[in-house]
Amino acid sequence: MDWLQSIEWMALLKCFVTGGLICVIGQILIDKTKLTPARILVIFVTTGAILGGLGIYQYIVDFAGAGATVPLTGFGYNLAKGAIKAVKEIGILGAFTGGVTAAAGGISAAIFFGYIASLISKPKMKKE
Amino acid sequence: MKPLDSKKDYQNYVDKKSPNSPIWKNCLNAFWVGGLICSIGQIIMSICKSRGLSTEISGTIVSIVLIALSAFLTGLNLFNKVGKFAGAGSLIPITGFANSIVSPAMEYKSEGYVMGVGGKMFTVAGPVLVFGISASIIVGLIYFIFI
Repeated sequence: MDWLQSIEWMALLKCFVTGGLICVIGQILIDKTKLTPARILVIFVTTGAILGGLGIYQYIVDFAGAGATVPLTGFGYNLAKGAIKAVKEIGILGAFTGGVTAAAGGISAAIFFGYIASLISKPKMKKE
Repeated sequence: MKPLDSKKDYQNYVDKKSPNSPIWKNCLNAFWVGGLICSIGQIIMSICKSRGLSTEISGTIVSIVLIALSAFLTGLNLFNKVGKFAGAGSLIPITGFANSIVSPAMEYKSEGYVMGVGGKMFTVAGPVLVFGISASIIVGLIYFIFI
């Protein structure tokens, strides 16, 4: 069980609380507004990209680790961070290549596994 | 019934009559399920890092594992049960992104494997990618111009 020793419990607690709180923000938006889930996801990604671009989200990531990167705000943060990094390295072209490069693993996995999972799924009959 | 004089009385009356919104319960469920999903990510990340992988590569592995898991759980009709219970707790983490790809694709499977599954996959994920990627390009351009 050597993988148990690699876990930092304090980091895990911070991750749990922060990740949970970000989800609570989403839940409040669902319950208190008439926003559809799709709009809420878009709001979270865009907010993450803006906060990432401003450098604010980096503090949350440093504090909470996966608690900040696993929610969709982290996806936006990752896109923005990638774009900034690429701009530093190769100039203006980086604005167009950096974001997707940084998020390529997640996007490709979502498309690939999403398609496979849809193929093997059995659509259930809607019961009235 | 005695007449309601002020706005405040009316508000109290409405509050008393309308069913209690389960928002506190919803938020609590969203909190612990969302926190748990993030914690699974954190544990995967710790394991990757202890094997000597960089933060960025570990983060990518976390995304891929969580996306694959939730995609297949959605395919098996298990994820939607979690979603009903947890609300935003499973929607906001990257698992919700994968779920949003598989759910409509499953539903429109009868329309074929190209336009049905391949097309409807992006009903929700499409807007997320459009706004996310566009925002990152704008961030990059602003960074290029001003810094």
